[in-house]
Amino acid sequence: MSDDLSNSYPLARESDSRAAVAFGGGTDYSVTRDSDDLWDDSRVIINIGPTHPAMHGALRMVAKLNGETIEKSYCEFGFTHRAKEKLGEHRTYHQFVVFTDRMNYCSALINNVTYAMAVERLMGIEPPERAILIRMACCELARITDHLICIGIGSVDVGAFSYFLYGFHQREEAYTLIEKLCGARLTTSYTRIGGLMYDAPVGWEDDCKAWVKQTRSVFDEMDRLLTTNKIFLDRTKGIGVMTKEECLDYSFSGPCARASGIDRDLRRDQPYMFYDQMKFEVPTGTNGDVYDRYLVRVEEIRQSLNLLEQICDRMKPGPIWADDKRVRIPSKIDVYNSMEAMIHHFKFFMRGFDVPAGEAYTMTEGANGELGFYIVSKGKPMSHRMRVRSPSFWHFQALTLMSTGEKIADMIAALGSINIIAGELDR
Amino acid sequence: MNIFTSLRTNRGDWAEKFGPFWTKSIEKLKAKFGTSIEEVRMPGAYPTDVPIVFVNKAQIVEVLSFLKTDTDCGYNFLADYTATDEEAQPRFELVFNLYNRDQGPRIRVKVKVAEGEESPTCISVWPGCDWAEREIYDMYGIKFTGHPNLRRILMDYRWEGYPLRKDYPLDGYQVFPDSEAPDPERLK
Repeated sequence: MSDDLSNSYPLARESDSRAAVAFGGGTDYSVTRDSDDLWDDSRVIINIGPTHPAMHGALRMVAKLNGETIEKSYCEFGFTHRAKEKLGEHRTYHQFVVFTDRMNYCSALINNVTYAMAVERLMGIEPPERAILIRMACCELARITDHLICIGIGSVDVGAFSYFLYGFHQREEAYTLIEKLCGARLTTSYTRIGGLMYDAPVGWEDDCKAWVKQTRSVFDEMDRLLTTNKIFLDRTKGIGVMTKEECLDYSFSGPCARASGIDRDLRRDQPYMFYDQMKFEVPTGTNGDVYDRYLVRVEEIRQSLNLLEQICDRMKPGPIWADDKRVRIPSKIDVYNSMEAMIHHFKFFMRGFDVPAGEAYTMTEGANGELGFYIVSKGKPMSHRMRVRSPSFWHFQALTLMSTGEKIADMIAALGSINIIAGELDR
Repeated sequence: MNIFTSLRTNRGDWAEKFGPFWTKSIEKLKAKFGTSIEEVRMPGAYPTDVPIVFVNKAQIVEVLSFLKTDTDCGYNFLADYTATDEEAQPRFELVFNLYNRDQGPRIRVKVKVAEGEESPTCISVWPGCDWAEREIYDMYGIKFTGHPNLRRILMDYRWEGYPLRKDYPLDGYQVFPDSEAPDPERLK
């Protein structure tokens, strides 16, 4: 129990119970490993996942380990493949809304909004200002919840449990706000082509602003809890590094690319909705390691909170549907009282509406990166090709690159920091 | 109304914003590659958001690396790489959605591939094409010459058929009792 250099016997009666003995240097217990010696036999192939609690969903990594170090690995996924793209070709545009929020279920609203924008773009519809502002608020709320999940669960992976609970409390409150909008917490299906399912309830803006205020103070507390914590720094600094060039090679986008110093944010550089009229900063990192990804996400939550306040200040009562008969769902009062509206109702839900022939790749800044819908329409109520560009697909590809030569526990930290969502990865 | 130029909040201002940039880069591309550029569809004349450049299969790697590195093009970010089943001759189209991260314009490059034909792999231009090409192979059965590890990615390795082909049925099952064991060959 005592050090090799200790020269007294602690339990002997004459031993001084308060004496402190320090040993400089000490014995070197590290083992130098040579690939030719007996350690070669110790290389072991292990299978992490697909149902491992640290793997963030049904992901699988097969790794060859030398001791604890990953020498070579490969990743597999597809365990949650639900053929969304095939379904997109066999369901009407209206029916596909519910599939979008089952992709990135941590920020379902961003998927809803991006999909609605993609179809509206093909049809030439522009929703009214209030609908756009509610959608923006939805995007920012979803971004905050997604980032809270990423940094919360990422911290659990490296041992910080209470941080995760603080974050998840605020996330539940955010889901309550989302529930007030659409009645669902996780699978929202809130947007409709050309508008929204429901208008925001009276006073929602004030609830949202109160939540922003509360979250700010909680978040400052969380920041003090973890950001300069020595153990957290040791576990995250210099781990899972992606250089700027590697990020470009592997099509990294969003917070992961920004952590490596790529100063790009589609909200600022390719403004959609009213983001060009809002004030916000785009944080960037320099090292591209797990810690920088954490810091970028932390700062993005702050910026999103600022954005939410600006959006709520600007929201005014008004219509939430675009004035376009093709996409507008007839109101129930009309459906029950007029034959034409009832026919319209049945036509809308049984056959769907035609989208003019054309193709467009519509993208927004999702919580994880560039989220895009590439829709090819041939003028029918169902698309010819419904491609979803999910950021996780491109990020997960680089995990083997990030984790080669790292310890197996650091691979888990790196995986947590790129926030792979299996639903989005497999579609 | 041209729907791709009038929707401001839905980023419909691209044609007026990037029109000259697109024209310049496509002219340069045509001058360099000549007949390998089979067809160009511009947003005003065809219902598309960005120009579509059809490139001959044989020259695709050169065209992509030119688009990536040339100063007048600079499409240095591969936003998306996928395919479509056009139910025509040739049957498939490979689709590259490219983005110039520094100046903002986007462009779309397409390659026509007939059924049973192979297309060259683009891993040398973007290493990230690896999985995208595996996904295209998995979903459409298009093979890529020179791909180091062309195997199914989303579906099971024993799967029969290519799900995103238009003639693939929507219902039916293929059941595999056991999962795939770790493959030591891939860890060498």
